[in-house]
Amino acid sequence: MAEPAQQHRLSAGLARRLMGDWRVVVGGSIFAVLAILAIGASLIAAIDPLEQDLLLELLPPAWVDGAEPGMLLGTDSLGRDVFSRLVHGSRIALAVAVVAGVLTATLGTVLGLVAGYFGGLADSVISRLVDIWTSFPPVLLAIILVALLGTGLHSVIIAIVVIDWTRFCRVVRAEVMQQRRMDYVDSAVTIGLGRIAILFREILPNILPLVIVLLTLEMGIAVIVEAILSFVGLSLSSDTPTWGGMIAEGRQVIHQAWWVMSFPLLMVVVTVLGFNLLGDGLRATLDPTLRR
Amino acid sequence: MSNTVLTIANLHAELRAGRKTGPGILRNVSLTVHQGEMHGLVGESGAGKSMIARAILGILPRSILISDGSIDCLGRQMVGLADSDRRKILGRDISLIPQDPLTALNPARRIGAQMTDVMRLHLGWSRARAHDAALALLNEVHIRDAEAVLRRYPHELSGGMRQRVLIATAFACEPKLIIADEPTTALDVTVQKQILRLLREMQNRHGTAILLVTHDLGVVAKMCRSLSVIHSGMIVEQGEVSDIVTRPEHAFTRALFAATPRYDRPADALSPVPGEVVRELEEKAATFDRARAGLS
Ligand SMILES: Nc1ncnc2c1ncn2[C@@H]1O[C@H](COP(=O)(O)OP(=O)(O)OP(=O)(O)O)[C@@H](O)[C@H]1O
Ligand SMILES: [Mg+2]
Repeated sequence: MAEPAQQHRLSAGLARRLMGDWRVVVGGSIFAVLAILAIGASLIAAIDPLEQDLLLELLPPAWVDGAEPGMLLGTDSLGRDVFSRLVHGSRIALAVAVVAGVLTATLGTVLGLVAGYFGGLADSVISRLVDIWTSFPPVLLAIILVALLGTGLHSVIIAIVVIDWTRFCRVVRAEVMQQRRMDYVDSAVTIGLGRIAILFREILPNILPLVIVLLTLEMGIAVIVEAILSFVGLSLSSDTPTWGGMIAEGRQVIHQAWWVMSFPLLMVVVTVLGFNLLGDGLRATLDPTLRR
Repeated sequence: MSNTVLTIANLHAELRAGRKTGPGILRNVSLTVHQGEMHGLVGESGAGKSMIARAILGILPRSILISDGSIDCLGRQMVGLADSDRRKILGRDISLIPQDPLTALNPARRIGAQMTDVMRLHLGWSRARAHDAALALLNEVHIRDAEAVLRRYPHELSGGMRQRVLIATAFACEPKLIIADEPTTALDVTVQKQILRLLREMQNRHGTAILLVTHDLGVVAKMCRSLSVIHSGMIVEQGEVSDIVTRPEHAFTRALFAATPRYDRPADALSPVPGEVVRELEEKAATFDRARAGLS
């Protein structure tokens, strides 16, 4: 059978190009490790991240004198295991990154598609909205929003979506305006396809690589925003381990115990770096397919 | 009515800038295509050939408006037809073979998906049934390894293959009329002949009427029974190919014949259309424009 081989060669070509880009490999690996940590959290970190033990407070990491065996990255001021909290914190970080990222991408892309393809009134309204939106400082807007919505994971996600949809909307709108002038759109009209079908079945596949790149970058942004909101205490209650919350707690004991703040900070930095590398790598590898 | 598939009558199209009426793009165009025949539409670049094709299909640029006349296709008036009604006709009763087979295909979708769209849309076929029909169509246009071709993306095929795919797709719903807008212009000379032969073969088998748009009178002489010659948006000559080839009425057609490359003549024997012939036509065009400006 020649045909599955053909298809296989095609996807193999794309896979090879992706694997040939170090940014995709490094960024993808960071994402993969994070996903494994998040999914297997309770297996990987056997110690309960919430269990307090005042006798074990502020123990240093395993390689420093005075460490307790089994507590790899030491404990915080309530005697909770830092490693376990980090691992469980990756759940929140990843959940926010994926859910907020996908929702933001969907909202922004749909509005961008509509504005770019239909033009006219729809475009004027959406474009004006984007202009107004982007004139607000985003961090301030996030804090105001969460203060209004109340703390909690869903507020964090809503805040990210509400603030960041414009990133997608702008880029997608401009790209659709280019695509809709292409000959293949005329061809689709001449076979009798309707406008919605043309927009979603003909044009969308052509801008999908772009959306994927933006989505990757957006996931990095979502991790930072969640960390900031946790840091200022506007995300989850302090019961749930979050990287931002750990940074805030660690800040108070930074002089006695550097590890409580440093490790979550490192996680945030590495994660965001990973998403950005992945996004840049994908941009370089997917764009040639987009433009042929 | 019984055996005509397309009747264009006194069609005028104008470039509109704001409220003002610009120069005529089509001037008093009338032409008829009969059932199962291949009608040639010939003219130089910029004559308005594509505008006629686009007017029939309803995909004129926004700046160009039909100001007068009618386009009757299979008993339906195409001028001013609602989009929803037009969509039912396009692809099923009329289809298009475009000029540039690369850009006319969607770069991000597989050939199979693009070929089956039209059958699933108009005939309501399942994916599997449309897929089988697409295979049969590809065999008909002499593409080997059709199953593999359906899984490819447009940029993985050669220009000739892409045009074969588009010809196959145009016949998919057994339309009554196919508009072929310079179907071979973007192709290699050697491939051009094969594609034209294929087009005639498909037409004979399916009995479809074809409006063949080209700037090459030689092609029309070989392929068509009747033809219309267009210049500056006006039809300057019309009739049976056998009549016009042997004794062209109009100086422009004579000149166009002289400018048509022939394999049995050296290339330097080619002569451009003489300036006075073109000037005469431009004056006629200007008269049309003045008359219409007076009307509106
Ligand atoms: N989008 C447009 N807006 C305004 N005028 C246009 C537009 N497209 C084409 N025209 C004009 O309409 C006239 C007819 O163009 P048309 O594309 O029908 O020519 P054609 O006979 O198909 O030529 P070719 O052989 O180059 O395809 C030309 O004079 C051209 O300048
Ligand atoms: Mg043309």
